[in-house]
Amino acid sequence: MKFVDEFREPETCRRLVDEIRRATTRQWTLMEVCGGQTHGLLRHGIDDELRGHVELVHGPGCPVCVTPVGAVDLAVELAGRPGMLVASFGDMLRVPGSRESLMSARSRGGTVRVVYSPLDALRLAEENPKVEVVFLAVGFETTVPATALAVRRARAVGLSNFSLLVSHVRVLPAMEWIAASPDSRIEAFLAAGHVCTVTGFEAYEAFARRHGLPVVVTGFEPVDLLAGILSCVRQLELGSANVENRYGRSVRPDGNPSARALVDEVYEVCDRPWRGVGTVPAGGFRLRPTWAEFDAESRFGRVAGPAEEHPSCRSADVLAGRVKPTECEAFGRECTPATPLGAPMVSAEGACAAYERYRRSTATAGDEQ
Amino acid sequence: MCLGVPGRVCEWLERDPPFARALVEFEGLRREVAMDCVPEASVGEYVVVHAGLAISRLDAEEAESLLETLDHVARLERSADEPRPGGSS
Amino acid sequence: MSSVRPSLNCPLPDAGDGERISLAHGEGGRLSRLLVERRVVAGLGEVAVGGGGDSALLDWPTGPVAVTADAHVVSPLFFPGGDIGSLAVFGAVNDLAVSGARPLSLTLSFLLEEGLAMATFDTVVASVRDAAHRTGVRVVTGDTKVVPRGAADGMFVVVTGIGNPVEPISAGPSSMVPGDVLLTSGPLGRHGVAVLSVREELGFDPPPRSDSAPLFDSVDALRSAGVPVRAMRDATRGGATAVLHEWAEASGLTLVVDEHRLPVTPEVRGACELLGLDPLQIANEGTMLVAVPPQAADEAVAALRSVPESAGAAVVGEVRPQVGTPVLVRRVLGREQPLDEPTGAPLPRIC
Repeated sequence: MKFVDEFREPETCRRLVDEIRRATTRQWTLMEVCGGQTHGLLRHGIDDELRGHVELVHGPGCPVCVTPVGAVDLAVELAGRPGMLVASFGDMLRVPGSRESLMSARSRGGTVRVVYSPLDALRLAEENPKVEVVFLAVGFETTVPATALAVRRARAVGLSNFSLLVSHVRVLPAMEWIAASPDSRIEAFLAAGHVCTVTGFEAYEAFARRHGLPVVVTGFEPVDLLAGILSCVRQLELGSANVENRYGRSVRPDGNPSARALVDEVYEVCDRPWRGVGTVPAGGFRLRPTWAEFDAESRFGRVAGPAEEHPSCRSADVLAGRVKPTECEAFGRECTPATPLGAPMVSAEGACAAYERYRRSTATAGDEQ
Repeated sequence: MCLGVPGRVCEWLERDPPFARALVEFEGLRREVAMDCVPEASVGEYVVVHAGLAISRLDAEEAESLLETLDHVARLERSADEPRPGGSS
Repeated sequence: MSSVRPSLNCPLPDAGDGERISLAHGEGGRLSRLLVERRVVAGLGEVAVGGGGDSALLDWPTGPVAVTADAHVVSPLFFPGGDIGSLAVFGAVNDLAVSGARPLSLTLSFLLEEGLAMATFDTVVASVRDAAHRTGVRVVTGDTKVVPRGAADGMFVVVTGIGNPVEPISAGPSSMVPGDVLLTSGPLGRHGVAVLSVREELGFDPPPRSDSAPLFDSVDALRSAGVPVRAMRDATRGGATAVLHEWAEASGLTLVVDEHRLPVTPEVRGACELLGLDPLQIANEGTMLVAVPPQAADEAVAALRSVPESAGAAVVGEVRPQVGTPVLVRRVLGREQPLDEPTGAPLPRIC
């Protein structure tokens, strides 16, 4: 068992596809919450494979894209200050703020580094004691333990030139927001396997009961995705609404207690604006006051309040599955992958960006015929 | 989101929190990984690594049982003479 | 130009190619292509006759001459499997080789940053010498300039390669027809992963090695075996994907590659899983793609494998009639998905 190839086995996948098709009496609408799952579904063409049986709506599951414009703007500004360095994950670099992205800040002389881990950013601070290193801490619950560990280690070694610009977000409140929206079309959720690896799924029981929606904890490989979809479909056909775990090799009911304790020591839950959504109650984490010395906002300046979303951007409706991207007036006009107005156009896996790409390839076909 | 990759624990380098570290192997290469959240992982075991931190130990029995269930379901399906549309089996 | 489709409200012209040069303009994807097409070729106007290709054939009174120009920037200057010196030589040699020329001479210019260690410079020069010996080329002239500290990243190396166009080895991508087979001369993504690993100090053990190597012997093996080559190109910046897009555009056909047939080393596979990268989008410096008619595929693979630099050659895909999408990749489940043109150098991601 190497935990990879076994879960990409084409024969197993084909059987699962057949089984899902056979198990459905009508088309069901599922939302995969996590961008990693969206990536897997689109990469392998699973959404096409199940067309007519299962419609997959891409959720707001990209923490990079929902990072508020104000946080990007502050990171850009800090990167331009002398003696400061801003580090973040590679996918954060191309996300535009109100004026520019970290990538373009770097081409204007800002100091920006790509890291694989917040612990690598910590090492940058250790190696460059005269430089203030700010890590732009984005990510869902999966990523929060790593940034919590970074500040714990920073305190343990007495490092004073390292801080976090925290923009961490929580998945369950976003699911609440979608499920509670009056005209939501979502009939079941594929819950994010790596988020649940940290948090567990006990909290989903009440959610599933309250909304009468099945929730299936799902992994990321093709076999995992199909197994999760099959469980959802079976529940829907039976009219049940339970929480099931199809990613049992990594997810326990109570998650990872060491990781949860680490998060709880460093962070507290707060309301947070999500780009393209608005403020989500209890939708994020912030550093506890006892860790203020590592809070870039209290040391260097505050993130400006939620910027006015573009009036014609309907990303909230798209994220909730109420409208298709093509129904938005701005789609493909002022809003393109190069000049995104809202979160789903920012990420390559976002619903609007995916439609935009599809539209371009089909339009190309039309042109050439 | 949340790219998490399975890797095999090769060697513990440091056991004490908050500096727990091990060498973990991913396909053909090894990298140092923070192990504070999987203190009981043993050498040879697989862990899921996200952003440089191991966030869980992978349970081989669970993995096999999922694959077996799926295999079993498929065989049942094939042995059934005709598909039953609407059946939730 | 077929990349501009006015009926589409096409977003392409604004794609960050805006007011300043960004690093993405140098990374071999769409922005690099736009920079050459819309700024260089268009800006030069009637004096540009080369069309922006990697090498050119000059018809001189004394006979034809093949020329290529290459500017090398790499950070760090030394990486597992190579350095900026050998990279510069092999880069020029490979551009000439895939165009069907025998590399003969190089010009060599160094842009040096104030403060560069003399020992570092000596090591790079020695590496140029060794690489020139290995490929049988001679350095005929050159230049050195020193710029103030901060104005360059250690050193940049600029070369011009001059070769003898022995005989055209390939008819060019516009000669491809449906049914042709696509080959790679070796495992993909090794150079980009090697450089990224050391530059970002990713701490991989063993450090992944670059494929930086000369391809002339591999090309020669195809020539000696009499393989009728349709197209041949070293897959540098932008990786195999950039070459596939270039060929799809030149031929007006659809190119399909098979994910499970792509040769990838375990180190590159491990790094790509961990960092969320696609080996098809990552740069190579000693690996080329070749298109041949189907009946010549086995012979081509055998010829390539007889040379150490292309011992890992393999069939990776085929050419189809135009189906709307220029490049498709058949994923493990058998579905064919569009493979987009790279938009910038791949970065480690968490999503």
